[in-house]
Amino acid sequence: MSKIVESLPNIPEVLPLDPAPQADPAVRVKPLITARNVNVFYGQKQALQNISLEVPANQVTALIGPSGCGKTTFLRCINRMNDLIDICRVEGSIEIGGQDIYHKDVDVVTLRAQVGMVFQKPNPFPKSIFENVAYGPRIHGLAASKAELQDIVEASLEKAGLLAEVHDRMNAPGTSLSGGQQQRLCIARTIAVEPKIILMDEPCSALDPIATARIEELIDELRENYTIIIVTHSMQQAARVSQRTAFFHMGELVEEGATEQIFTAPRDERTQSYITGRIG
Amino acid sequence: MEKTKTINFMAKSSRHRRVEQGVIAVLIACSTLAIFTTIGIIASLIFEAIQFFKFIPITDFLFGLNWSPQTAIREDQIGSGGSFGVLPLITGTFLISAVAMALATPLGLFSAIYLAEYAGPKVRAYIKPLLEILAGIPTVVYGFFAALVIAPFIRMTGSEIGLEVASESALAAGIAMGVMITPLISSLSDDVINSVPQALRDASLGLGATHAETVAKVVLPAALPGIAGSLLLATSRAIGETMIVVMAAGLAAQLTLNPLQAVTTITVQIVTLLTGDQEFDSAKTLSAFALGLMLFLVTLCLNAIAHQIVRHYREQYD
Repeated sequence: MSKIVESLPNIPEVLPLDPAPQADPAVRVKPLITARNVNVFYGQKQALQNISLEVPANQVTALIGPSGCGKTTFLRCINRMNDLIDICRVEGSIEIGGQDIYHKDVDVVTLRAQVGMVFQKPNPFPKSIFENVAYGPRIHGLAASKAELQDIVEASLEKAGLLAEVHDRMNAPGTSLSGGQQQRLCIARTIAVEPKIILMDEPCSALDPIATARIEELIDELRENYTIIIVTHSMQQAARVSQRTAFFHMGELVEEGATEQIFTAPRDERTQSYITGRIG
Repeated sequence: MEKTKTINFMAKSSRHRRVEQGVIAVLIACSTLAIFTTIGIIASLIFEAIQFFKFIPITDFLFGLNWSPQTAIREDQIGSGGSFGVLPLITGTFLISAVAMALATPLGLFSAIYLAEYAGPKVRAYIKPLLEILAGIPTVVYGFFAALVIAPFIRMTGSEIGLEVASESALAAGIAMGVMITPLISSLSDDVINSVPQALRDASLGLGATHAETVAKVVLPAALPGIAGSLLLATSRAIGETMIVVMAAGLAAQLTLNPLQAVTTITVQIVTLLTGDQEFDSAKTLSAFALGLMLFLVTLCLNAIAHQIVRHYREQYD
């Protein structure tokens, strides 16, 4: 019941979402993330072939493509979550800010604090709303005092657009929130660690259209301070939230460019077929 | 044009139905048998216990500090009364269980964490069955291991450092029992830890937590109810365990919390009361049923709580 009541007032504000401003492809800033010849294998099976991609800072880059095309695999390479899969092997190099994240001296834990991740299904910890957000700052020792921690938590919830909805029940379990609220809680949790980059793996696939619109709006706001890479199955979503789009197909990066160009004048025939719904 | 086939799902024979009914009848018969057996056992426990409480008031039984169930066989013998205070047996039982749990909880829990979180699939494939072999050793073997190896060792070590240790001690029995229930705890806790959703681990690791931080701050708290359930099940197993304590803990009913002394447990007393030729109308033999009923109630409560906790935990993630 309460879910419905909470989300109703949001409808008029969020539905007419501004079209994302398109980045001028001519102005090429130095990329924040540079992937060169990335090959990924699961055992014998090759999941990604020679992916080279540059991701500019403070923009939203969408990774699109049919299921099993490798877009999530590529996303998980960027904060080395693939390390957790025993049979997974990554070749090539991915540089963030000029540093190779696959260099042997890289501390994965520090890397992941810089490159946050929001998952497909909202996965709040079975703890209170406050504890969910405080978790990251606590383990990284970001707050010197209780008051400071409180500030970080509130600021993160505010940035994730959730504070107004939960400020009076910070001790309620995170799992008691609605799906969309849970996902925003997970975004707040990610922001609390002050990452530079936020990876989002189909963050709206488990959400209804209203909650989705809310998250998309949030992504657009976050772009100011964070570099965002989002994997999405929805081409409308890619078109709405991203400035750049990369199209993956069968483990290859088929085409990459400004979102407007990909959706209006794709160079590759496979991209054309996918965005018009003929493959995928 | 082919003519459309006539549709008919009226049964030509009732064969399907007969088989189905036969299967159901067999299943019901088996489960009913098990239920009635249980009811029968409980009823006989209650019935005999009531007989016992005709001889000895229930308050004397529950609150008495002395247990010496020797009653006179003939009228003219001395010491004909016997005393049936259950407290020394309860403290003995819980003392040994406490020693066992103190040993088995860290052993079982840490091996479960290792198996579930750190061991690779190959290591796991060897270690898990090896641990489970421990669970397959007959308790009587643990019994003489406790009596012949652990107890003498404790007594020798004790006398070296100037402690007086009984040759049969609660500590020896508790250690053997702890080893015995370790696999129970590790196996149940391993299942519980494994059922913590990977998404929670990913969330924690994705925030830059180390594996150890993730285990300590996310996985274990999430698995805690299930782990508590497994500990309770292990405790109830320890309380009901008989063979090890018969062989290693002694028969003297002493009201003590010192694990270096010999104690006796509810189960041991039931065994000694009922082995050999006995009349079933004396307070001595009937007291075994009162003890049995008590043991049954205690373990029933523990199991009920444990199952409740484990079930509640499962629901949380389904």
